[in-house]
Amino acid sequence: MSTRRISAGICRLGPPAPEAGGKTGKETGMEIVSKIHATNLVKWAKDHPQVVVLSADLTSSTEINLFAENYPNRFFSMGVAEQNMLGVAAGLAREGYIPFVHTFAVFIYRQALNQIVCSIAYPNLPVKMFGFLPGVTTPGGATHQAIEDTAVMRALPNMVIFEPGDATEAEGVLDAVIETPSPVYIRMPRGDIPRLFPADKPFVPDKARVIHRGDDITLLTSGICTEAAMRATTLLAGLGIKIEHLHISTLKPFSDPQVLASLQKPRFGVITMENHSIIGGLGSAVAELMAEHGIGKKLQRLGLRDTFAHGGSRPYLMRYYGLDAAALVQSIELLTGQMLGIGEDDLAAVRLGSGGSNANAEAL
Amino acid sequence: MKSEHWQQEVQRVATGIRRRVMEHTIKNNGGYLSQACSSAEILATLYVRLMNLGSSTAPMVPPPFTGVPGKDNPEYISGACYNGPATEEYDRFFLSPAHYALVLYSVLIETGRMAPEALAQFNRDGSRVEMIGAEHSPGFEVMGGALAQTLSQAAGIAMAKKMRGQEGRIWVFMSDGEFQEGQVWETFQALSHYHVDNICIYVDINGQQCDGEVRDVMGIEPLDLRLKAFGAETATIDGHDIDEITRAAGTPTGGRPLVVLCYTNPCREIPLLDKRRPKLHYIRFKDEAERSEYEAYFRRHMSVGAAGA
Repeated sequence: MSTRRISAGICRLGPPAPEAGGKTGKETGMEIVSKIHATNLVKWAKDHPQVVVLSADLTSSTEINLFAENYPNRFFSMGVAEQNMLGVAAGLAREGYIPFVHTFAVFIYRQALNQIVCSIAYPNLPVKMFGFLPGVTTPGGATHQAIEDTAVMRALPNMVIFEPGDATEAEGVLDAVIETPSPVYIRMPRGDIPRLFPADKPFVPDKARVIHRGDDITLLTSGICTEAAMRATTLLAGLGIKIEHLHISTLKPFSDPQVLASLQKPRFGVITMENHSIIGGLGSAVAELMAEHGIGKKLQRLGLRDTFAHGGSRPYLMRYYGLDAAALVQSIELLTGQMLGIGEDDLAAVRLGSGGSNANAEAL
Repeated sequence: MKSEHWQQEVQRVATGIRRRVMEHTIKNNGGYLSQACSSAEILATLYVRLMNLGSSTAPMVPPPFTGVPGKDNPEYISGACYNGPATEEYDRFFLSPAHYALVLYSVLIETGRMAPEALAQFNRDGSRVEMIGAEHSPGFEVMGGALAQTLSQAAGIAMAKKMRGQEGRIWVFMSDGEFQEGQVWETFQALSHYHVDNICIYVDINGQQCDGEVRDVMGIEPLDLRLKAFGAETATIDGHDIDEITRAAGTPTGGRPLVVLCYTNPCREIPLLDKRRPKLHYIRFKDEAERSEYEAYFRRHMSVGAAGA
């Protein structure tokens, strides 16, 4: 039996783990970082002894296997039992620990929502929920695709929601999480992640990153959609379409004045693009903000159009459900009333990174 | 306290619990009365004899509701303050079925932790003395209103105390209906996996739930065998016998979580309730005649100075 007694005493702090995947140089020159969370969490946790990690039988799949090896006394295997895991996390948090709960995004909010509401969100406890493989980034099909997690979690009082969009943010989100005293839900990317933002410009809560300035269209993107959008915006700049592109990594709170200023600017309208249902996520947050401030501009929300998805590779799903660069081009054509003549080949040519972890599309 | 003294004190508290809940039910034409009848001795023994709690750090008369927890409410006060400080030398108490709130408030009053006037605020707008206890309600530490969640949270607290080598024991009071929830079994699975033996769970098995008798709604027996199969140690007792309630807490556990299965009578000392079987979950009088009947019973047997009180 692999049971273990909880013993008193100082937790053993092991040596930092070896690099998990390392860095892969692609022909485009963009840095792709593999299994960031696995190595980063081990390094980072050394200086955060109050952090404990809980897993629901997805330890390697959520990149916490190295943590478990290095800090066995700070790691709790909770089995396939999410409701109890969230409740235990709440109890640990009440005693001064900072629990980092890890499982797939869907299994956090769908399996244990009432526990999140009553045991964690209501008492405003610092439980940090790492929801891996949000939206169509999992090949696991509809049961594994968190497509309404932002909508559900955004409605909970006290809840904060982060969604790292690249390697820099996947690293820096740990500091952001620990500096945020409330419960936090993180839509966490996995596997090969591109570095879109400089390593010395870390994740700042509730602050949009301005990727591009322009006054024709304001484009707000989050998560994997930011990389997809950058493929299109690079070409659009050459066509004289001036895009104000903001990357959003904090979905709640949603009060960065920069966002409001950018929403007021564009001549043609606003586009949001997210790896989530168009109901309740980034698109809805933007719509609420625009309505509250009387910004009477057109808004196009790209995302899952009130539909469930199915199992497949990330590029296939992004294309099929209209979350890719081509969908953005089409949306811009609609808003501007101008055919841009950008083809699939053009977009492929400016492909910035590897497109994520398709290499392991069959693995969960 | 000498042996006969503490027993008398437990009995006095138990009698006081039933009296206060009965009085309140008559006055307000409603209340969770059968829960007081079944659990009075368990809760009285826990508070008077078994738990090592410090003195209350909360005002005797609860202040009005001051908002829910959140970053904009730093003044938030937990209902746990009525159970004394949550420091390492003390035990902690968690009442899981939050609809036993009126019973718990009565315990706090009878044990001198809260003023009798507090009950006047029960279920009144703007009060923290709520009908279904929230964590700001006197005697509560967590949100238990969605059944089964308290046990997981108490498990996390028990695990944290073990990691730190702290002495205090974690006491949880549960109702039998909660054992229909899957989360309860998830928790026992984890408690036994991690050998959490600083937690002691008293279950009021009054055989009653909202729809009627537990055995008709969804059977949970044999509860002792089920719990043993999940790795818990159990003691099965008469939940009205204060000696048995006391002794059960000392059951050797061999590193397992301890569950004391208290079989109880939801009509105990108020036999009038028998007429309402099988539905005893919430008492709302059918008419004035029934209310008068309870009032007469109360005057004759339960009010202070009455023969039975």
